[in-house]
Amino acid sequence: MENFTPVSALTGGALIGISATLLLLFNGRMAGVSGIMNGVFNSPKSEARWRLAFLAGLVAGAVLFDLIAPGFFTARQGYPLGLLAAGGFLVGFGTRMSNGCTSGHGICGIANLSPRSLLATLTFMAGGIMTVYIIRHVLELPA
Amino acid sequence: MNKRILLALVSGILFGLGLSLSQMVNPAKVLGFLDITGNWDPSLAFVMIGALAVAFVSFRWVLKRPAPILDDGFHVSRRRDIDKPLLLGAGLFGIGWGMTGYCPGPAVASLGLGTLEALVMVASIYAGFFAQKWFAERK
Repeated sequence: MENFTPVSALTGGALIGISATLLLLFNGRMAGVSGIMNGVFNSPKSEARWRLAFLAGLVAGAVLFDLIAPGFFTARQGYPLGLLAAGGFLVGFGTRMSNGCTSGHGICGIANLSPRSLLATLTFMAGGIMTVYIIRHVLELPA
Repeated sequence: MNKRILLALVSGILFGLGLSLSQMVNPAKVLGFLDITGNWDPSLAFVMIGALAVAFVSFRWVLKRPAPILDDGFHVSRRRDIDKPLLLGAGLFGIGWGMTGYCPGPAVASLGLGTLEALVMVASIYAGFFAQKWFAERK
């Protein structure tokens, strides 16, 4: 538990909640990142633009934070790229198939009292926990 | 700049700051959160608690309006059905999340940190999107 950081996690979470609120209040959109990413290439031009702006904001937010608090955490080194590529593919495939990810289902959908989103969230949490268990404690890979 | 685009940019920046402060962009921390039988770090549960504490209240309030400020209507899914693609897709996503420590938001935000990991993640997430689209249209 030496890395326990509940206050920054709670505050960061609140910022995400405020961000999702603004997007819904002004634009009437759910801040679901996988859907927004997908829509950049699968929407008419006017629709693609606000999505691209949101994604550019995500990148800019990370850059800004790194300027304010450089070295806030140590970047992971040497993680197997094959595992990343295969896992990233499943993240993309799975979030399209279930129409949402951690933000769309886990935050916006649950806040909107959607039973679909609650069940999706429980399922991907369970999937993530089982996968880490298998990788770390069954296969004992250094990941 | 169009107001809607500017708003999306501001919302994205806040979201990116939140992902950074909470360390959702730190894949080692994410895997530590998912590793409940190991040296468990429960911190990231508080990200969801923080986000939901805000959104539970604010969404009720916002959705009482007849329309959002800059659009004619809300673009919100009203589906209530539980189907196989929902559960299978969420399961596959969870496996990918556990293999990498990245979900889509942090993968995109991490592009700002200039890591090779972020590039590989975003490229392979898009490969997954296109593969799923192809797969769904083929059926």
